[in-house]
Amino acid sequence: MHIQEELSQRHVLSLTVSNEAGILARIAGLFTARGYNIDSLTVADITADHAISRITIVTSGPPKVVDQIIAQLERLVPVHKVTDLTEAGPFVERELALVKVAGVGEDRIEALRLADVFRAKVVDTTIESFIFEITGTTEKIDNFVGLMRQIGLIEVGRTGVVGLMRGKEAV
Amino acid sequence: MAEKSGADILVECLVDLGVEVVFGYPGGAVLPIYDALYNHPTIKHVLVRHEQGATHMAEGYARSTGRPGVVLVTSGPGATNAVTGITDALMDSIPMVVITGQVPTQLIGTDAFQEADTVGITRHCSKHNYLVKTPGKLAEVVHEAFHIATTGRPGPVVVDIPKNVQIATAPYRKPELKVHPSYRPQTKADAAAIDSAVEMLAAAERPILYTGGGVINSGPRGSALLRELAALTGAPVTSTLMGLGAFPASSDQWLGMLGMHGTYEANWAMNQADLILCIGARFDDRVTGRLDAFAPNARKIHIDIDRSSINKTVDVDLPIVADVASALDDMIALWKQRGHRASALGEWWARIEGWRAVRSLDYAEDGKDIMPQRAIADLYKACAASGKDVIITTEVGQHQMWAAQHFGFEAPNKWLTSGGLGTMGYGFPAAIGAQMGNPDSLTVCIAGDASIQMNIQEMGTATQYRLPVKILILNNEYMGMVRQWQELTYESRYSNSYSDSLPDFVKLGEAYGWAGIRIERPDELEAGLREMIDTPGPVIVDCRVAKLSNCFPMIPSGASHTDMLLDPKQIAGVMSDEAKALV
Ligand SMILES: Cc1ncc(C[n+]2csc(CCOP(=O)(O)OP(=O)(O)O)c2C)c(N)n1
Ligand SMILES: [Mg+2]
Repeated sequence: MHIQEELSQRHVLSLTVSNEAGILARIAGLFTARGYNIDSLTVADITADHAISRITIVTSGPPKVVDQIIAQLERLVPVHKVTDLTEAGPFVERELALVKVAGVGEDRIEALRLADVFRAKVVDTTIESFIFEITGTTEKIDNFVGLMRQIGLIEVGRTGVVGLMRGKEAV
Repeated sequence: MAEKSGADILVECLVDLGVEVVFGYPGGAVLPIYDALYNHPTIKHVLVRHEQGATHMAEGYARSTGRPGVVLVTSGPGATNAVTGITDALMDSIPMVVITGQVPTQLIGTDAFQEADTVGITRHCSKHNYLVKTPGKLAEVVHEAFHIATTGRPGPVVVDIPKNVQIATAPYRKPELKVHPSYRPQTKADAAAIDSAVEMLAAAERPILYTGGGVINSGPRGSALLRELAALTGAPVTSTLMGLGAFPASSDQWLGMLGMHGTYEANWAMNQADLILCIGARFDDRVTGRLDAFAPNARKIHIDIDRSSINKTVDVDLPIVADVASALDDMIALWKQRGHRASALGEWWARIEGWRAVRSLDYAEDGKDIMPQRAIADLYKACAASGKDVIITTEVGQHQMWAAQHFGFEAPNKWLTSGGLGTMGYGFPAAIGAQMGNPDSLTVCIAGDASIQMNIQEMGTATQYRLPVKILILNNEYMGMVRQWQELTYESRYSNSYSDSLPDFVKLGEAYGWAGIRIERPDELEAGLREMIDTPGPVIVDCRVAKLSNCFPMIPSGASHTDMLLDPKQIAGVMSDEAKALV
């Protein structure tokens, strides 16, 4: 007997939650307990009184599973609202990465040239290395990191995705 | 404002919330609370023998009274012993509040004596939980905990209280109920959905009402309205294990339980229906059988208070997120307003009668052994003849299924069983809890020889509080349900399913100050059961039944409703790996 896997799609979920102890564990645990995927997760409080946090989760699964994920998240007592940005309409998503690249001579120049194309900023430099700061979609960052790997990638730090709906309304 | 200690605030809250009984067990981290309960004038504390017992007692109390069950246990092992009952209550949507002691706040995280990460451990087996770090927050949290446990889809809520928070003081005034702004269960159905549901039901030629525990959780009105809707539509009614009693078994419209050990008529009617109205049930895998063959021609309407239950396993045509009673009320009102009448279901009922004629619950008797089904049927008769209000609890196994099949339930809240988690060890403590909440009822736990041993220590609790519970053990000297699966799936290799070294249950009863009765032959059955009922005080009955009986009908895992096995002759012996891999 072999175990079959279903085709899945990427979804960006945006949650507002009460900013209280254990909320992140509650959400992360729900994903593991029910066998859902987390590709990235970001969290920070977003109101002046620090009462509400926004959590952005990038997950993947067949449509039915994603619908279940949303229903299960909504069921948690401290969760105010869950929006599937991928389904809700046009939205903006961004991720920030710090990318450390080492190299001398032509490699160094090529790294700078590529950074320029990707509008990455140099935030640290030594004679033999750079740290670039780049923001963009996950795909753009993947591409940039891929190119840097050929030049002399040392390490990468990424924030994970945040996203908002386009237009003047709040989700 | 007067200051009170955390322990006093807690007890004051319990009084304000109308709590009359607490099931608990003391320990270092809850001593201040136990002191506050000492000789308490209105709150009765039931001292259990194991914390798991306390949780199932609270469940039994809750299910039989409709009020939340309350548990009080100490930190560390007290809390971890409660985890099975908390999970059981989550799966079966039982309102319960569990108060756990915790090491003082300054020791949390230091691996202190009897420290366990109770909120971490119970995070995913409770509906919600709290660690209360200051006595000033306690009242608010306790009130919210009861609110969350009892509203929406009910469930267990854990409140973890460090010992220093029980001792420290804070100003206290009865709090306003302040609930998380994000907690808003939807109880009222969308009007357009009700409209569609009523029209679909009126137009259906082969409708069936598939009901579950949600009807019972919705309160007595849920059951009353279900009966009214059934009368108005003339549709057949089936139920899950958890929903038994919401609709009277004596009704002509009753098809019996559906699912893995459901009746032939219930499962065939589900398979052939053109409309399934699911009311407070959740398309559990024990009910649906093979998903791609489940009710292939039916449109499905699903009423559930928990939106995550809808479209979880089975896609439905019309979801209705609402409390059962509220939704049924709306449907009935609209049905009457539209002047709908029961449609001509004659042909549908004729087919159902055909399935009924199979008499799928019949069993053969040889006159030598007591058939377990007979024991249940005779218990039913004896209970009915007693004229008492009867509450039945069960353990888990074949006896549980036979009880569901052969005991006729007429009213809600009289049938307490562990459905979702299938917890052996549930039934006996649940009977104690039910008896606490219903002192005049005849409370019988139908048990198996293996299950009863999981919480048998609670016999002492029943003795101490003079609770006249009855335990009827259908003793087949096997973990019968395990043995049945081994017979079906593993060519009768009975690996570790024989109940070796059973105690003498009659003597054990006597040791605890109970009456003990042994029933060994069919001709002793009737009198023995009557004696059990008529003997005052707690009674344990060791009823020796046929050892190798199997529970039929049965839909093997991975099979569809139409592939029901009706008797032992149909057992194939070996199963495919795909089927074996299903639970
Ligand atoms: C706590 C727990 N452990 C294991 C099981 C698996 N299990 C289900 S039924 C059963 C056997 C029950 O035997 P018994 O109580 O004698 O009932 P019978 O089936 O013989 O009527 C077992 C071991 C369970 N349901 N719960
Ligand atoms: Mg047994």
